[in-house]
Amino acid sequence: MSKIASWITVTVMALHVAAGAAMPLAIEVYDTPNDAGGSLTLTWSRAVAGASSWYSVYVATAADGPFRLATTTATPGLKSAEPGLFGYDDDNDGYHVLHISDYATGNGEERESLKDGTTYFVRLGVQTAAGEVVGAALSATPRGNLFNTSKWNNLILGIGLSFVILLYISMARRKDLFIRRIAGLEALDEALGRATEMGKSVLFVHGLKGMDQIPTIAAVSILGRVAQRTARFDTDLRVANVDPVVMSVSQEVVKEAYLQEGRPDAYRPDSVFMAATEQFSYAAAVEGIMVRDRPAAHILMGYFYAESLLLTETGSTTGAIQIAGTDSYTQLPFFVTTCDYTLMGEELYAASAYLSREPKLLGSLKGQDVGKALIIGLLVVGTVLATFGVDTLTHLFAAL
Amino acid sequence: MLFLTRTLPFLFCFVFGMTGWVIYYVPHEWAQTVEREIALWLRLVYAFAYFLGLFSLLSLHWSKIRQRQAGWAYSLIVYISFGVMTLFVVYNDGHGPFAAQATTGPYQWMFTSVHVASSATMFSMLAFFISSAAYRTFRARTPEAAILLVSAIIVMLGRVPIGAYISDIIPDTMQWLMSVPNMAAKRGILLGVSLGAIATSLRIIFGIERSYLGGGD
Repeated sequence: MSKIASWITVTVMALHVAAGAAMPLAIEVYDTPNDAGGSLTLTWSRAVAGASSWYSVYVATAADGPFRLATTTATPGLKSAEPGLFGYDDDNDGYHVLHISDYATGNGEERESLKDGTTYFVRLGVQTAAGEVVGAALSATPRGNLFNTSKWNNLILGIGLSFVILLYISMARRKDLFIRRIAGLEALDEALGRATEMGKSVLFVHGLKGMDQIPTIAAVSILGRVAQRTARFDTDLRVANVDPVVMSVSQEVVKEAYLQEGRPDAYRPDSVFMAATEQFSYAAAVEGIMVRDRPAAHILMGYFYAESLLLTETGSTTGAIQIAGTDSYTQLPFFVTTCDYTLMGEELYAASAYLSREPKLLGSLKGQDVGKALIIGLLVVGTVLATFGVDTLTHLFAAL
Repeated sequence: MLFLTRTLPFLFCFVFGMTGWVIYYVPHEWAQTVEREIALWLRLVYAFAYFLGLFSLLSLHWSKIRQRQAGWAYSLIVYISFGVMTLFVVYNDGHGPFAAQATTGPYQWMFTSVHVASSATMFSMLAFFISSAAYRTFRARTPEAAILLVSAIIVMLGRVPIGAYISDIIPDTMQWLMSVPNMAAKRGILLGVSLGAIATSLRIIFGIERSYLGGGD
């Protein structure tokens, strides 16, 4: 209701009744909610079923005109088709809606955009077999909105889950929390130990996404933990990159990890290198490294596409121990099939915290699990309600 | 020094993390402007980073050639390919390096006839890799593998006309497998991924997770 209060709303009854052509009732014009500005929204009562009408919208900057054509249509949308703006009210099926962002200037095909802060006068015309009937001028002022009200549910849910996670982080400082065992991460030390014993290298592969993506950030965090261990074990680490920014960050991460372990001399700048910038060129380059250099362990973390199977199937033929982690559910089956251990979905994000054993980080994992339990509870309740035809909870959590 | 390597990156993370979060909820023009400006800066950073990437690529392959490491001939091909493509980009089908990139000429030919064709070849190898991976997975050694084998056979048959020819039940079962158990698993993973992403973002924005800067916490 608060969003309605901010709208400039004028409602009028039909003013003109011509031979067989009546103006629709409840015409309203107001600033389009939840937008960047420069748009007005016009709503009116739905045409009687079976009646064929042609609607035109005219816009002027003064009440007495001149009015210019903004848009014309025989099939305007319904309010019910835009729940993000109008909610899920049953009455929404009874109203047409049109958004206007510009109008014809009268000079050929040139059009002028609506300007924020300018008051416009809008008239709705209805064309029927008997002729066009034009309603009274209604005024409204377009402006940009400071909050997208259709994202209230997202904001509240986000704040709620963040609160739970932060609460468990603070709790973790005071008491030990139980975190379930993740086999893929337990195997990491085994894989690195095996590489050390064999005197072979460890190959770390990021996914294809850039540094601004969360799976890549998670992968780089894991790389930091892996680099600390390779520095400690004096094992050769090779990091093949597809993205130059990820490469630069990875170089710093590995360098810092070696420094942290007191082995700055063991760090080689060319151990973190650019393999290629294209997906399949990258796959070919990494496969070449796997076959020629025969690393003892392949660690693949991040977001992968079709190259996942190319890499891991080649890797499995070399006999290397393979640990993969991705949140790309389309590639998970390939990793599960070809790798010794696979971190599925959220386990990729949990890896860095799990490996560090830092209480604060482990607390975030616990908070994550509690958040998941809350969502599962809501899903169960929502499913039961939806089964009995109550959609309130479904609508409350709908992405609009 | 600690300010430059620790405090400043945390500050950037916090400010830009919170800005990105706020922008998501604000449709106003100023928010869009900030978002565009950040995207522009990101592109600038990437432009410089590409030089670093190029340097890394060429120096790596140069050391392989110099030390005659295994497969050094491939490194030579990298250099030759890089030189030829650079030459054609500068030539730009006769228009020179300062004109807009021509849509015809040797560079475009090399790109579509060599690069795209090579990429397509790599991609097509997936078909063979899937077969060998499927062979290993579908050996019914455990009850789970047996369920996977049966499900996979139904899905594969249900996707092709011969499945419906054998029995109408096959496409229907395939559809049920895809839209019920498969969809449930997919959504379960997505749910965990979303929460994991929120937790990771919080850890980074509030400086709790610092390993992306190297050296642990």
